[in-house]
Amino acid sequence: MTGAARRTAALIRKETWQLLRDPSSIAIGIVMPLAMLLLFGYGLDLDVKNVPVAIVMEETSADAQGAASGFDLSNYFDAVHVKTMAEAETLLLDRTVRAIVRIPPDFARDVQNEQAEIQVIVHGADANTARISLGYARGAVAAWMAREAVRGRALAVAPVSVQGRMWFNEANESTYFLVPGLIVLVMTLIGALLTALVVAREWERGTFEALFVTPVRSAELLLGKTVPYFVLGMIGLALSVIGSLVLFGVPFRGSALVLAGVSVLYLLVALGIGLVISSATKSQFLASQAAMMISFLPAMMLSGFMFDIRSMPWVIQMITYVFPARYFVSLLQTIFLAGNVWSVILPNAAVLAGMAAVLIALSVRLTRKRLA
Amino acid sequence: MPGDSAAGAVVAVRDLRKTFQRETGETVTALDGIGFAVAPGTLAALIGPDGAGKTTLIRLLCGLMLPDDGEVEVLGQNVSAAPQEVQNVVGYMPQKFGLYEDLSVQENLDLYADLHGVTRDERAAIYPRLMEMTQLGRFRQRLAGKLSGGMKQKLGLACTLVRTPRLLLLDEPTVGVDPLSRRELWEIVTTLIEEDGLSVLVSTSYLDEAERCDHCVVLHEGRMLAEGAPGTITAKAEGCSYIAAPPEGMPARSLQARLFATPGVVDAVPEAGKVRVVRATRENRAPIGIEGKEVTLKPVPARFEDGFMTVFAAVAGDSARNTLDLRAAEEGSAEVAVEVRDLVRTFGDFTAVDRIGFQVRRGEIYGLLGPNGAGKSTTFRMLCGLLPASAGTLHVAGADLRTSRAEARERLGYVAQKFSLYGDLSVDDNLRFFASAYGLRGRRRRERIAWAKDQFDLAPLATLPSRQLPGGFKQRLAMAAALLHEPQILFLDEATSGADPLARREFWGRITALAESGVTVIVTTHFMEEAEYCDRIIIMDAGRALAEGTPAEVRARAGGTAATMEDAFIAIVEKARQAGARGAA
Repeated sequence: MTGAARRTAALIRKETWQLLRDPSSIAIGIVMPLAMLLLFGYGLDLDVKNVPVAIVMEETSADAQGAASGFDLSNYFDAVHVKTMAEAETLLLDRTVRAIVRIPPDFARDVQNEQAEIQVIVHGADANTARISLGYARGAVAAWMAREAVRGRALAVAPVSVQGRMWFNEANESTYFLVPGLIVLVMTLIGALLTALVVAREWERGTFEALFVTPVRSAELLLGKTVPYFVLGMIGLALSVIGSLVLFGVPFRGSALVLAGVSVLYLLVALGIGLVISSATKSQFLASQAAMMISFLPAMMLSGFMFDIRSMPWVIQMITYVFPARYFVSLLQTIFLAGNVWSVILPNAAVLAGMAAVLIALSVRLTRKRLA
Repeated sequence: MPGDSAAGAVVAVRDLRKTFQRETGETVTALDGIGFAVAPGTLAALIGPDGAGKTTLIRLLCGLMLPDDGEVEVLGQNVSAAPQEVQNVVGYMPQKFGLYEDLSVQENLDLYADLHGVTRDERAAIYPRLMEMTQLGRFRQRLAGKLSGGMKQKLGLACTLVRTPRLLLLDEPTVGVDPLSRRELWEIVTTLIEEDGLSVLVSTSYLDEAERCDHCVVLHEGRMLAEGAPGTITAKAEGCSYIAAPPEGMPARSLQARLFATPGVVDAVPEAGKVRVVRATRENRAPIGIEGKEVTLKPVPARFEDGFMTVFAAVAGDSARNTLDLRAAEEGSAEVAVEVRDLVRTFGDFTAVDRIGFQVRRGEIYGLLGPNGAGKSTTFRMLCGLLPASAGTLHVAGADLRTSRAEARERLGYVAQKFSLYGDLSVDDNLRFFASAYGLRGRRRRERIAWAKDQFDLAPLATLPSRQLPGGFKQRLAMAAALLHEPQILFLDEATSGADPLARREFWGRITALAESGVTVIVTTHFMEEAEYCDRIIIMDAGRALAEGTPAEVRARAGGTAATMEDAFIAIVEKARQAGARGAA
């Protein structure tokens, strides 16, 4: 073994012992992913149920009654029937109801002519609920059409004027997109927060000072630090994937290899952030604060994992491009729910690869064997 | 000239300069034109008080910092040009050796052996030797974090010695280490020099350590005050050293404090019930009068410390104030200030303090001495009411600590071992906070704060965040804060740890003034010569009292061979440990 390899191996061994003996590393690397998996999987439910809607029937034909019954029967809606549109609007404005379903006059005739329309107006204050309500409205109408179909009456074109469909989440369960999204949190915690902490700890406790005055090179120090946390990150990934498949039956349509590949890229980005933060702050407290602000919170809020980027204000949408988490979340949701869609995977992966290269180069530059 | 001897030198430094930028923006000159050389196979010492630039100099030698100007050559290599080459061959033990506390003794050693490329065969040869020297053999599997302070230092040294370095750099290796471990560390270093011909450069603020070296470099505020063999430094005080006996009824420390404040006297320290005095010039042989009485001075040979203080006084001047203006404590307060009987403290099945008992009278200075882990700090915490006793009685300032802790606390002041004031608050803010915490209000609060700032010379620094105070001033501020409420009893836990000789004399002058005004003082210390300032001392080890009495009595207990308090201390502790080992066998 050459000197460099032997020294790097010694540092990796040392770091691994420390990692295994430090309960907080294990807690962040193993316990936290599992806890989040259970919490997000079972506890957190972004599904919208019992949305209060006002139904305005401007026609009383059987078809109109039938379409309305789709809302009456649905679990997702609490329907109240009102006489006029004005009445419904009052209810919407004081937020007694979240949506208005208007079945216009001549509905039955239009159904015959295959150009029927149902107007759905949602209150946009809660964009997330609004969006989901729209989807439900389509579902309710579809349910009515399905019942008609059973009776042997095929209604051709989708009669609801609202465009857009809910893709890739046909079961409409938030678990399906939350659980893969979790991976971004786990990798961020391990890569950025843990790494920043353990490197800052060495500065703080003065352990680097003695280590520097040995034949060790700074690149070997960096490698010795990152390899164990890289492995821990991959274990966290495996736990999250297995957990989401086994416990929650999340579909996995892409290939495991592509998932592993893009996860490695993101982990490198996160490690790079951790190393840069710790070299810059040299203090555990500052490093943990910085890692939270720069990596974890954006991964939670601005990555599209929890809140849809498209429903954010334009400025915030622009900001999300700065954070690596958004690219990884699109990759994760694509690979899990849509499959190997290369037009999504390649550009996102390229951005991550670029970020990783820049951050790692920066951390090598910042880690010199110098005090002050 | 250093330049001439530099050929073949292991360390050659020429006109070295280094400045730092403080957070506040001001520039601090750490090293200002230093030049010296260390010959191969010698033991060289950098001596000087805190802030002299010792640590900066050693870091520059290791290539951990770059000089602003000047040249640093180590083992013939220019450090600035080739830091890695130097780092490959020197052994460096920083002041706070960063052991990995969650790795075992063996794992720490293995890490350094791997980093230095020590082969399996070489390890087989060197490990047993290191284990024998450090006596860590029994603790190989123990985590480094669970070792005592002395053992940690020994392990740190062992880690730098996994292969024989061509030059060993030690930065204050014995700070905060008890006398026994200190002696063991030095035995390791001297063995290596004798057997392996190692070159060593050590920085220290212990003058007795510097005296063992072949070559001394005296630093002060980044400048070099003197350089040469210890003998040449001792010679500077030759003919200036005297022993003075205190007049009847006056404690040696009172005479010492007065002599130290006398013009023309560069040093005064208590020594075996008398006072060693160093005068500024040989010619001055006039008698010294203290409080109307003439003090007889008997000439004695100078020692290294006398020479050091002479060199030092020339630059530091005698600006240091070593007294306090105090109101005499009210009469009628209890004669016995602290009474401890059969004090026991257990942690689980470990007995930290085992039936300790002593009495301290009003106005006495009482010293708690013992190696690391002796139970001093535990005893101390119980006395201050910070930790409840498991058994026994504790009376402090007339209050039973077991029943009326708050009452006792009002009457005592406490200076903790570590700087425990608020670093972000200014000197003024800290004093105001502590005054309020002690319940001082209105005019009295203003008066006491003004008194503290005046007496401890803190006024010019009043607005500085206390974190940025120079070392000696931090300690002054801590003491000032503890004295705001005029406590009857003052507890000082290792208060002089890390302080330079000058600051320590200043400190003891103030303590003496306090004791004279009737304040009772209880101290712990690692500096055995400081025991000479105490009226009575107790030596503890493994939770038990080994000896108690006046310093003279304790020294007598150790047998006639003990030349210094430190020798006496080591003799007593070792005797007790051997007896314990026999008892267990």
